[in-house]
Amino acid sequence: MTFDPSYKEQGLKSVGTRPLRPDGVDKVTGRARYGADFNMPGQLVGRVLRSPHAHARIVRIDTSQAEALKGVKAVVTAADLPDQSNGDAATFAVLDNCMARKKAMYDGHAVAAVAAIDASVAKAALKLIVVEYEVLPHVVDVDVAMAADAPVLDETVFTTGVEPAPKTPSNVANRSEFGHGDVEAGFAKADMIVERNYKTEQTHQGYIEPHACVANCNSDGTADLWVCTQGPFVYRQVCADLLGLDVSKLRVTSSEIGGGFGGKTHVWAEPVALALSRKAGRPVKLVMTREEVFRASGPTSATSIDVKIGAKKDGTITAAEATLRYTSGPYAGMWAELGAMTSFACYDLENVKTVGWEVVVNRPKVAAYRAPSAPMAAFAIESAVDELAHKIGMDAVDFRIKNAASDGSKSSYGPVYGPIGIGPTLEAAKSHPHMSAPLGENQGRGMACGFWFNFGGQTCVDLNIGADGTVTIAVGTVDVGGSRASLSLITAEELGIPYENVKAIVADTSSLGYNDMTDGSRGTFSSSMAAISAARNAIQVMRERAATMWDISVDDIIWEDGHAKAVGATHDNLAPLSVADIAAEAGNTGGPIAGHSELVADGAGVSFGTHICDVEVDPETGSTRVVRYTVIQDAGKAVHPDYVEGQYQGGAVQGIGWALNEEYVYGADGRLQNPGFLDYRIPVCSDLPMIDTQILEIPNPNHPYGVRGVGETSIVPPLAAVANAVSNAVDVRMFHIPVSPPRILAALNAQAKG
Amino acid sequence: MTSIAVSTTINGDDVEFLCNADETLLDVLRNRLGLMGAKEGCGTGDCGACSTIMDGRVVCSCLVLGAETQGREIETIEGMSEGQDLHPLQAKFIEHAALQCGICTPGFLMAAKALLAAHPDPSEEEIRFWLAGNLCRCTGYDKIVRAVQGAAAEMRGAKT
Ligand code: FES
Ligand code: FES
Repeated sequence: MTFDPSYKEQGLKSVGTRPLRPDGVDKVTGRARYGADFNMPGQLVGRVLRSPHAHARIVRIDTSQAEALKGVKAVVTAADLPDQSNGDAATFAVLDNCMARKKAMYDGHAVAAVAAIDASVAKAALKLIVVEYEVLPHVVDVDVAMAADAPVLDETVFTTGVEPAPKTPSNVANRSEFGHGDVEAGFAKADMIVERNYKTEQTHQGYIEPHACVANCNSDGTADLWVCTQGPFVYRQVCADLLGLDVSKLRVTSSEIGGGFGGKTHVWAEPVALALSRKAGRPVKLVMTREEVFRASGPTSATSIDVKIGAKKDGTITAAEATLRYTSGPYAGMWAELGAMTSFACYDLENVKTVGWEVVVNRPKVAAYRAPSAPMAAFAIESAVDELAHKIGMDAVDFRIKNAASDGSKSSYGPVYGPIGIGPTLEAAKSHPHMSAPLGENQGRGMACGFWFNFGGQTCVDLNIGADGTVTIAVGTVDVGGSRASLSLITAEELGIPYENVKAIVADTSSLGYNDMTDGSRGTFSSSMAAISAARNAIQVMRERAATMWDISVDDIIWEDGHAKAVGATHDNLAPLSVADIAAEAGNTGGPIAGHSELVADGAGVSFGTHICDVEVDPETGSTRVVRYTVIQDAGKAVHPDYVEGQYQGGAVQGIGWALNEEYVYGADGRLQNPGFLDYRIPVCSDLPMIDTQILEIPNPNHPYGVRGVGETSIVPPLAAVANAVSNAVDVRMFHIPVSPPRILAALNAQAKG
Repeated sequence: MTSIAVSTTINGDDVEFLCNADETLLDVLRNRLGLMGAKEGCGTGDCGACSTIMDGRVVCSCLVLGAETQGREIETIEGMSEGQDLHPLQAKFIEHAALQCGICTPGFLMAAKALLAAHPDPSEEEIRFWLAGNLCRCTGYDKIVRAVQGAAAEMRGAKT
């Protein structure tokens, strides 16, 4: 039966309700098992030795003394993870990032690792490893790294995407360009133009659970990996590639995950743990310290962005242009490209051009962080849009409404939009009571919009019906924040049975077909699509079984309200059969009843949000408090509204942290100065007000219930919303995120000096 | 290293263990006693994921040495429910969707329990400041504060 994923309006019974999540009790009693909560017999403790230099050639590594220490069972270096990338630069980058080969590329880059009988022996062993470095000049700043006289990190990097191709290597890995129309002609028509440079600093996802895994390589070539990850199937593939294992012989089990936000879509120490286990012949548990998480796992890009926008007096934007420079760590990425794509996605523009530059620097390899690359671009664009509205004397919301993209608009990155939520979220913001609430002294209000693509991708679900008629669905997308509840709701809806009769579990890589990661806000969107398809397949089987039980044609049986019902005048005396009735007879009608689905979930509907923020700035200290905050976002259809609100609130607060406080601080020596939660300060409970949410539902035409991804967009507007609020509070534009107290005071002083 | 013998009380039960001088209470709970509800988010007292209650006060168990717990009363997340009956805070956390990934939840529950013992009717501000030592990266704290308010109301109701 071909699966039709298109949206159909219907009365929904389960979807949209707020039942208790299935993993709740485990998590409030301390019984849920996360990455570090698993042990194996004979397990060793793994630890990693990291470079103290931002950029250094590794002249020599002597591990002999460490190997000789009593209790040390294995020491590995790059030699134990030989290069099997066959010239594939992306695979090589992952390998080199896991364990440095010729050069250490950033402070914290792994150079060796040990496995020992306990943590103190492992620690002592690290001290006995001798690494001789030749320290090289380093560069961490994006604009400095692009300059002609910057130290070149990698002699094999020649900028791609430019004509003619450069003959000398540089730190600029790639140029990308998007847009349409003629921006020069557009600017010529403008009555007012704003042209600015904006900067944002590097931040970390800040998940509270450090990376953790238990690796076990057996002598027969099989291996197991228990790990906190957003993508067990992807980890399996990457680890198998790097270690030369057969994919099917490596079984990856995802633990409960203590936050990821994109940072657990990439492998870090897992291949090293497997290499240690292979060498030691015993299971190895490897847990990163918080310092290692900051120094060596994925932060975002730091950016420098030029924006130019022109508009007519009536508020029509005539042209918009942005040049975006993003750091990607020591290896090429596609982070500026994503920034360039998302920059002007909220607006319907006749003339638009964006250019992205990928820049390598001596910082950790950049990883995805919730709507990766979009928040920085949105900060720049939404700041300029705000300033332009102000300059032509138009209300900031009205100005955006006038230029908002809608159904049929050609987006700045190419595709033509279907039904979208940017206009409706702006209208909702305009009429929201927050917009007209009075402000106190030293307070300012800001607003901003945000966009994220949302992804679908490869998905596989198994649905099994138990002998009592209750249902298990096994999914391959890791539950990062309530998706088992959402997927159970959707399965219950489609089958027409109560939520309580469905239990969703996350399967390991040997028990289910391949699934892409939980990223791109795809978890609930794509797995629910597969769950609906699997449920429809199971319904087909149940109709056939009912036909056998009744000895009538399957064509005379419909599925309604969780029951097989016979239709037509000849059968109307047959009492409907429930799932339990049919399941009880399964042994006599053809065996166990299941539904399976594998598909590529296409058509993830794009997502838009508008945020409103009030801040109070202390003019003496520059310290800023968010005093009121409202998130308005299109969910398509909110499957479990509590967890949709939770995504809105959580993303907003991460964005507030990014806007106000969070940043990687490097010393002149290129070493990270603040690798801990004390000095890298994420928002705490007492920093914040309640975060109001408003869920809009503009159905995604490509999902049976209209669902869109909801996880990421909420982090996109806050940087600009907060900065615009601060600018309005102190009457000075802010161009550099985070708008920390020193930056605000500097801006105030500069203004006072005129 | 010579081990130290320690006698203490954990969740009302007498417990004896051996530990090294440099082992933290968190290490002892997780690695020696199999009580893995307390989590290590930082190991430096900055995240509160390891929060436990010692003699009625919330402590970061990563900052307490195992040997220091001699003769003390320790409460951990594993002792919060009474058999199958969840503590009102636990029930309200689930009901209010106050957890997403849940790694911070045991720590928040311990801190909130100590808060409600001291202030049965806390203001929102009191809740926010009592919980300021516990980091949550997922929720934005809104639903956590509401869950604590809900539990406080229920517990006050249960008392009168
Ligand atoms: S682990 Fe103890 S406070 Fe973070
Ligand atoms: S629920 Fe994930 S850190 Fe709090």
